Amino acid sequence: MTALLEVRDVSVVFDGFRALDGVDFTVDHGELRFLIGPNGAGKTTLIDIITGLTKPTTGTVGFDGAVINGKREHERVRLGIGRTFQTSVVFEELTVLENLDLAASFRRPLLSLLARRRGVTEKVAEALETTGLGDLAKKKAGVLSHGQRQWLEIGMLIAQGPRLLLLDEPVAGMSADERARTGDLLTEIAKDHTVIVIEHDMDFLRRYASTVTVLHEGKLLIEGSVDEVRADPRVQEVYLGRAREEAAHDVVS
Amino acid sequence: MTAILEKPPVTPAPVKEPRDWRGPALFALVAVIGLVVMPLVLEPFRLGLLAKYLTYAIVALGIGLAWGQGGMLTLGQGVFFGLGGYAMGMHLKLNDAGDGLPDFMVWSGVETLPALWEPFRNPVFAIAMVVVVPGAVAWLLGTLVFRQRVRGAYFAILTQALAAAMVILLVGQQGLTGGTNGLTNFFEFFGQDVAADSTQRGLYFTVAIVLGVLFLGAWQLQRSRFGRLLLAVRDGEDRVRFLGYNPATVKTITFTLSAVMAGIAGALFVPVVGIISPALLGVVPSLELVVAVAVGGRFALAGAVLGAVLMGYAKTYFSEELPDAWLYLQGALFILVIGLAPKGIIGFFRRKDVTA
Ligand SMILES: Nc1ncnc2c1ncn2[C@@H]1O[C@H](COP(=O)(O)OP(=O)(O)O)[C@@H](O)[C@H]1O
Ligand SMILES: [Mg+2]
Repeated sequence: MTALLEVRDVSVVFDGFRALDGVDFTVDHGELRFLIGPNGAGKTTLIDIITGLTKPTTGTVGFDGAVINGKREHERVRLGIGRTFQTSVVFEELTVLENLDLAASFRRPLLSLLARRRGVTEKVAEALETTGLGDLAKKKAGVLSHGQRQWLEIGMLIAQGPRLLLLDEPVAGMSADERARTGDLLTEIAKDHTVIVIEHDMDFLRRYASTVTVLHEGKLLIEGSVDEVRADPRVQEVYLGRAREEAAHDVVS
Repeated sequence: MTAILEKPPVTPAPVKEPRDWRGPALFALVAVIGLVVMPLVLEPFRLGLLAKYLTYAIVALGIGLAWGQGGMLTLGQGVFFGLGGYAMGMHLKLNDAGDGLPDFMVWSGVETLPALWEPFRNPVFAIAMVVVVPGAVAWLLGTLVFRQRVRGAYFAILTQALAAAMVILLVGQQGLTGGTNGLTNFFEFFGQDVAADSTQRGLYFTVAIVLGVLFLGAWQLQRSRFGRLLLAVRDGEDRVRFLGYNPATVKTITFTLSAVMAGIAGALFVPVVGIISPALLGVVPSLELVVAVAVGGRFALAGAVLGAVLMGYAKTYFSEELPDAWLYLQGALFILVIGLAPKGIIGFFRRKDVTA
């Protein structure tokens, strides 16, 4: 059985700058994979490549055994690749329920969209329940807090029924309490989905016994268990070196 | 999946959403005023003016759908209005001419009827073309540009250029189109004397009913899942792709619907006003209707209709009283609305909780 996602030798060049440099990245069915690395490492760019937002300069993206380089964004969603964004984008004029319903309805034939939504479908109810947004269902998404928006985005993703979920820094900017809840949410989703989570905070990973891929300056630095990765001197250099620099910077300024 | 966050679980049972009767009640009230009160109180000339404004309101409805709901600022609706108008005008000219040639062709020295005109003798064909030609042009344009992600100001300028090109084309083909004068001097409208009060009265009712039906259709569309999707495309086209929809398809469909509405409006305009000419469909009239929609309130379909009727009256009033001031007044009103009241006149009447 082939892996669900196979990124082969992908490079991305923006105006002469190599954001990704010969990255190989494979994720198996059912995995919960963390993708970490300091800011600017190329994590978001890798997600953009997988979801079709950015075209690779060289290399291929394989999904479920087929190369999907030529597919456009919405076609990839239809294959089952779903994502959230680092700065969450929900439709503020629509209610929470309408946001979820729209996400859940993309496989309906176009003509059937001409009917009004009546009530709440099972998928949407499930997404409301999983994300705990039930009480806010009738509220416009524009009034949600930052954390609630992230949960709504994750809910929209679940409602799409994807085979591969890509979450770009879902806990960034969240309070400790919100981070904990999001962590629970992730664990729950990972039970029956293949998930890739971007996070640059090593501490957040401590609780997960799963595979971690570290990106640094567009290259794949190391891949292994949380403990292996934490123990690796290169990772320590990337993270601790940076921490040291920042500490030094703080002293100076 | 089980709930893992502390929030109480929601019951999957369909939530019965309370029906809001205010919208339908208002619609019924306006329908009674339009279909009963106005025909009783207005003298024929004034009723004819209102019929003209209502044809503009049909175009405005389409602009409300494309721009207000879908975010496509179309500055070239005159093109579709004109295509519908010319299709109707050609039929009426041929009908009046009988076995001969339309009058303007004789004056231009045309000796045989151009092949393009021949099928318009058939009223069914002509009426079909009123819908098909604007629809096909919009569909083609939409398919070409939305896929290439042409949007915002680029789309607006493109549609405006189309309106300008249409005028040049019409003026340049004197023998085929009547040139600057357009098509006018109609006598008969489907067996009736087009100028007779009774015909004009019948036309008023036709226009009002067509507007009402199209309004209900657009309203239904707006409330449907497609309508929600359209808003989503307006507010975050790039995000919509990641919901698995192709925004280009959504926009093309909506733009085509708005074009068809403009085409129908143009076809109704011809017997009501008695003329279709390049001056009625160029850049300026196209812009005027967009201004009217903005003034009425582009985010509500009713706002678009209201704006078209009000601006129609305002234009007639000011062109009679202060002809030079109208253009400036219109511009000032537009800036005022965009700057201070982006929801337009209707924004002052609507409850805060209503979506678009
Ligand atoms: N569209 C773009 N054009 C130019 N440079 C970009 C673009 N997107 C990302 N980059 C650059 O590529 C590098 C990697 O960015 P990104 O993938 O967002 O990093 P990360 O998500 O790991 O923080 C950064 O230096 C960023 O400035
Ligand atoms: Mg990033």
